[in-house]
Amino acid sequence: MPKLTINGSDISVEKGTTVLQACELVGAEVPRFCYHERLSIAGNCRMCLVELEKSPKPIASCAMEVADGMVVHTDTPLVKNAREGVMEFLLINHPLDCPICDQGGECDLQDQSITYGAGLGRFTEKKRAVDDKDIGPLIKTIMTRCIHCTRCIRFATEVAGVEEFGATGRGEHMEIGTYVEAAVTSELSGNMIDLCPVGALTSKPYAFNARPWELRKCESIDVHDAVGANIRIDARGADVMRVLPRRNDDVNEEWITDKTRFSYDGLSMQRLDTPYVRRGGVLKKASWEEAFGVVASRIKNMPGDRIGAVIGDLVDAESMVALKDLFHSLASPHIDCRQDGSKVGKGVRAGYLFNTTIAGIEHADACLLVGTNPRMEAPLINSRLRKRYLMGGFPIGVVGASEDLTYDVEWLGDGPDALASIVDGAHPFFEVLQRATNPMLIVGPGALAREDGEAVLGTTAKIAELTGMVREDWVGFNVLHSAAGRVAGLELGLLPGPGGQDVNGILNCAAEGRINIVYLLGADEIPMERLGSAFVVYQGHHGDSGANRADVIFPGAAYTEKEGTYINTEGRVQRTRKVLFPPGLGREDWTIIRALSDTLGHKLPYNNVGQLRDRMCAIAPQLSVLGSVDPAKWGEVGFSGPMRREPFAETVKDYFLTNAICRASITMADCSALKGSREAMAAK
Amino acid sequence: MSRSPAPERFQPSTFSFSEENLSRAEVVIGYYPPGRKASAVLALLDLAQRQNDGWLPRAAMDAVAKYLDMPRIRVYEVATFYEMFNLAPIGEHHIRICTTTPCQLRGALDIVSRVENHLNVELGGTTNDGKFTVDEFECLGACVNAPVIWIDDDYYEDLDPDKAVAIIDALCRGEKPTSGPQINRLTSAPVSGARTLLKPVD
Repeated sequence: MPKLTINGSDISVEKGTTVLQACELVGAEVPRFCYHERLSIAGNCRMCLVELEKSPKPIASCAMEVADGMVVHTDTPLVKNAREGVMEFLLINHPLDCPICDQGGECDLQDQSITYGAGLGRFTEKKRAVDDKDIGPLIKTIMTRCIHCTRCIRFATEVAGVEEFGATGRGEHMEIGTYVEAAVTSELSGNMIDLCPVGALTSKPYAFNARPWELRKCESIDVHDAVGANIRIDARGADVMRVLPRRNDDVNEEWITDKTRFSYDGLSMQRLDTPYVRRGGVLKKASWEEAFGVVASRIKNMPGDRIGAVIGDLVDAESMVALKDLFHSLASPHIDCRQDGSKVGKGVRAGYLFNTTIAGIEHADACLLVGTNPRMEAPLINSRLRKRYLMGGFPIGVVGASEDLTYDVEWLGDGPDALASIVDGAHPFFEVLQRATNPMLIVGPGALAREDGEAVLGTTAKIAELTGMVREDWVGFNVLHSAAGRVAGLELGLLPGPGGQDVNGILNCAAEGRINIVYLLGADEIPMERLGSAFVVYQGHHGDSGANRADVIFPGAAYTEKEGTYINTEGRVQRTRKVLFPPGLGREDWTIIRALSDTLGHKLPYNNVGQLRDRMCAIAPQLSVLGSVDPAKWGEVGFSGPMRREPFAETVKDYFLTNAICRASITMADCSALKGSREAMAAK
Repeated sequence: MSRSPAPERFQPSTFSFSEENLSRAEVVIGYYPPGRKASAVLALLDLAQRQNDGWLPRAAMDAVAKYLDMPRIRVYEVATFYEMFNLAPIGEHHIRICTTTPCQLRGALDIVSRVENHLNVELGGTTNDGKFTVDEFECLGACVNAPVIWIDDDYYEDLDPDKAVAIIDALCRGEKPTSGPQINRLTSAPVSGARTLLKPVD
């Protein structure tokens, strides 16, 4: 290990460390614009200059590897002078428009100019100006502010995997952009806003809305997919102003998806802010007492097996426990948390979790994707797969629809036939998996949300067993969920009881009149027309398809308005934080169910959230530890049976409109329209 | 000089290489190891420009990108970096006058104003008859023979305003003036005659 001296203190670091990283290890701060831990090294901003003894001039510490015996200084007059020179050049063409710049207050250039900027400029010539680019509804560009650090180009090329950003022209005429006006086609594009060290790329929906120091910052969890990205929600007054990522290397590194970042305007639109009761075919506003009374009068004399419940994608674990207990006391076995109809949840936990873990993808060396489009279902898992792919030696096979996943894949077939030939060992990809040290497979909703889902699951589990994916030290079998609430529902057992119907059965029975009351807990993605003449209670936060069909509506709380426990697809237990209060008469969801149970005469035995969580952990002890994953034991997964022939379907029809929050968001509607028109153009 | 794409009205909707250029492209790609096709990007852009009356429409850059399996932006980056690629239509002859220091010291600016007057066109413009486009160019790398202008594929060296205009007039008449030094001098040999190797050495 090379030994070097930095500012008089000795340190030995691993070979391959850069001088900048070594400086950070001894606590010597080095300013930078272009260097970023998760991107390749560009070395073009020159802000990280340090003095290296015996070197004729200062060195760019981000791009210089450490060597034995180096003597580095970061606090000498030479260093200060050099950095001041760099800063002066950067400011030559940077406009002095901080007062009208959205980056103000959180701008690297602004911060570093405090230390290294001169009080006065010496530049009297004309500054250059650059045309702004239109790169879609999410990112606002003010390209005159750009300092050419190329972080956005490197992010698009390396992490997002869409090579659409580049530097055109050269010297004074160099410009960053897509050259031809076009929106960026990545689901991760918003991260460029965070990466931009100046105000060249800022958030379009957030433009001129707030200053960072006015915002209330709250650390929370994202619910738009089952990754559970760690986020920070910035609010002012009664509004969420923006959503930013929080660093968690096990989950989202420091990225979030565009849906997570930009769908927040949906939180203040189409909200259910008061109970409603349908009278004479029309939904009328009502008080809580009236609404509870109507539901109680319907349920009271109804036998349990004529009541069913469907749980939606965004529901927290607390309200699921409450609903499960309520349905148990009503003696109804018809309850299902899998509104997409996927056939997971029976058998061992390992059969429905992403066992490899997201960070574990980086240790795999072969991968099979079955009926999943991770780019749409979980863009952050897709970016991990891409990260692993870029390291090399990672063959990826796909069974299902062939889509552009931002990395090279071998397309093996579109449905169960291909899967069957792999499990037989007939397909060459079987050998690829078998030869790999740490093979993995991901089976997604496209393969499971079908009638033969359990057989498909069983077949993939068999592939896992046959190719050495199931060992003491490695489990390569993974189920990818697309709904944030799904795993919690499965862990807590919100599945049909003995003689109970699953979601499809509930819909059939409702259509045939064998189930008369259906309780939709945030369920909006089921075909409402199949509910027949059933009496429908909808509890949720948005006036979406469920509320449209409902006979009684209970206004609940969105994920920003409650402390809800969510379990991501890996089985990682995380909790959202209450940033705002639900609008109007809306209440936290578990309290609604608790209050309803009282009206029904089946009072649930918890009076506060602490007692409820005790009950939750009694059902599923793994829920008691926040933040970590409790490894699941392998066992029987799915069953072996005949699979049908139809190909695996795409489950995400429109990435930007997958749940009630984004369907209420204008920004997401814009993104969806743009994507639609682009696809129409491509089809032409 | 603007490196943004030419206005939409000039952009053809499609571009495809001629048979002849396709086989040339294959030869160039063959110079590089397998999987390193992108190395041929400059040569292919040049072929495309020659085929398309001396400028590169977007469709041509896209065609090159497709042919070389490169993301389009990577081709745009290359094409906009090199001033030798024209991104908007140009005249029949492209006159590029070097105005960098050595040429300027030897009277390049006089040539510029004389040519501008003679053709009634400003730097960066094209004559009304579409015959000439006149541009300024950074160092052409022939400083020993300054001042220099570069027309189409040839350098004309050791110029003065009269000689420059004479060359342009010759082109106008459809003649092909002799390229290289326009004074009595062999390539870059000393103007005042040879001073070394005056007699054969045995």
